[in-house]
Amino acid sequence: MATAPACRTCMIEKEVTIKNRAGLHTRPAAALVKTAAKFQSEFYIIKDGFEINGKSIIGVMTLAAEQGSTLQLRFEGDDEEAAANEVIGLFERGFDEV
Amino acid sequence: MEPKSEIVLHGIAASPGIVMGKAYIFTKHIPRIEEKTITVNDVEQELLRLRHAQTRSQKELEKILQLTEEKVGNQKAKIFEAQIMILSDTVLFDSIKKRIQKELKNAEWIVHKEISKYQQMMLKSPDEYMRERAHDVEDVKNRLIRNIQQDLLISRFEKKSVVISEMLTPADTVLFSRNDVLAYATDMGGTTSHAALLSRSLKIPSVVGLKDVSKHVQQEDWVLVDGYAGSVIINPTRETIARCNKRKREHRQFESKLELIRDLSAQTTDGKEIRLSGNIEFSQEFRFISQQGAHGIGLYRTEGIFLRSDAYPSEQVQFNEYKTIVEKAKPYKVVMRTLDIGGDKVLAENYSEENPFLGWRGIRILLDKPELFVTQLRAMFRASVHGEVWIMLPMISGIKEIRRSKELIEQVKQELRGKNIPFDENVKIGVMIEVPSAAVIASDIAQEVDFLSIGTNDLIQYLIAVDRGNETVSSLYQEFHPAVIKTIHHIIKAGHQHNKPVSMCGEMAGDPTATLLLLGLGLDEFSVTPVVLPEIKKIIRSVSFRESEEIAQRVLEMKTEEDIADFLRVNLHAMVPELLLE
Repeated sequence: MATAPACRTCMIEKEVTIKNRAGLHTRPAAALVKTAAKFQSEFYIIKDGFEINGKSIIGVMTLAAEQGSTLQLRFEGDDEEAAANEVIGLFERGFDEV
Repeated sequence: MEPKSEIVLHGIAASPGIVMGKAYIFTKHIPRIEEKTITVNDVEQELLRLRHAQTRSQKELEKILQLTEEKVGNQKAKIFEAQIMILSDTVLFDSIKKRIQKELKNAEWIVHKEISKYQQMMLKSPDEYMRERAHDVEDVKNRLIRNIQQDLLISRFEKKSVVISEMLTPADTVLFSRNDVLAYATDMGGTTSHAALLSRSLKIPSVVGLKDVSKHVQQEDWVLVDGYAGSVIINPTRETIARCNKRKREHRQFESKLELIRDLSAQTTDGKEIRLSGNIEFSQEFRFISQQGAHGIGLYRTEGIFLRSDAYPSEQVQFNEYKTIVEKAKPYKVVMRTLDIGGDKVLAENYSEENPFLGWRGIRILLDKPELFVTQLRAMFRASVHGEVWIMLPMISGIKEIRRSKELIEQVKQELRGKNIPFDENVKIGVMIEVPSAAVIASDIAQEVDFLSIGTNDLIQYLIAVDRGNETVSSLYQEFHPAVIKTIHHIIKAGHQHNKPVSMCGEMAGDPTATLLLLGLGLDEFSVTPVVLPEIKKIIRSVSFRESEEIAQRVLEMKTEEDIADFLRVNLHAMVPELLLE
């Protein structure tokens, strides 16, 4: 068996709020998916008890996340910390389009 | 098996001929998705179909995106961006692939299942923006499924079938013709639809505007298509078949009579020679058009070459095609119409306008996209040394458009001279008169150009303000409306006043009932769909110019289209009794 992930039990979970006015529409959704794709780690977004793959544009589009709504993010994998930092940064900057 | 009962449907005769065959139902716009179980051995093939469809859909959307961005800006183009992104969603496609492998179902079924899942969620959203997105997802799903089935279509389409469809694009029409299709029958469309024009050129019987033929016919039903009467008979009885066979024989007999005059010129009994040329879109149609005895090409539609390829064809690709056509037409001329897209023949299927017939089309597109125009002009001028080329500008509505076009033409000539590329300095430049404003100022236009060509299909629609494709008002579309006839008369006089030839390339030129009238009004050239060419020649050769002038004079005094049509039919019947009129 290959070497076990550095941290197999501890995944990163974090709650974020959508800041930009238009919500998670096409362009931010695309930016999010593109950023997540750079990392090995799995990335899931949970909203209202519903979980979608954060690396899938069609999934992210489905979330209907408008301004002010909160999302639960979950990162799981070798580079989860780096992935979390970058993705959360994106949310905090309001996808650079507040 | 219990015999199915006969159903007769009436539509519009788009291309003549009577033929019977098994139905092949072609669904395109709202794909019919069947669930099929596949074997482990088929998985590889299904994945390949999926991958091809994915690539093809991406290409299509990129083309649409580009055009939309150029014309309506980024705002609207965004819709397509989202769709393109969905097509490269690896998470989505990975799960589709896994499901095909695991569930052993056909690709389109899994695509449908998987994407609809997301669509359903979006539709549940109270947010309007989200529900809009659901339409995008629907679009991309249908595109993908259509492209998966397109692959299937080529492999599964059985030769010698009757294609039944809601609607056919010109590309479909050509695609099927390569597979020995027997006939076409469609729910939508009119005789001027591009697919109808093409099926006529390809000599494939077709009936359009049947409204719901695609719902009545079932796969493998026997279908009789009567392209003379414009009817389709599903599961015909023996009596019906016998009756249709008799009519088919009568038409054949008359057609064989026409063969005798194929090589003769279109000359009236008192010696006036009329130029009778053909309308074409593809070089493949050439053999047929020469067999029909055409003297040159009065309208070469260059859209075919554009609709065939995914990107705009290069100058070299265009040049090769134009050169082939010009060489084949020798010693006669070819009137090449510059790209006339828009309206019902938009380049990108998803580009839409509120009112396309009054929108961005013909010369308007060319002048907005001069690089496209200039590339086409260069290819045409280069082809001009290989035969006789005339260039015709579509959708002209005023003098300014002509002058601007001539500037671009001059620029192209200068450039070619500078590069020592040979071309014919005497290429004639003309315009298509199809917009009422151009018809009114035909005399001014005639002073600017070398020839005029009347495009009746659009001219009539614009003049009477009637959309022929709209069933509620289509009866108002009248070829013999007195205003139409007076307008044609006005245009011909205007051309002759400045010694410029006037031709007609619209559908009216190929209507036997109109021949006597047009002849009498002084039309110099009839450019017709190849199928009717011998018939029109037969009429011209049977009458005298003097008589037809008298007929035209009488018609110009008549007040209603019914009077005119009746009068022309009676006279035609008296002068050419063997003609079979539907």
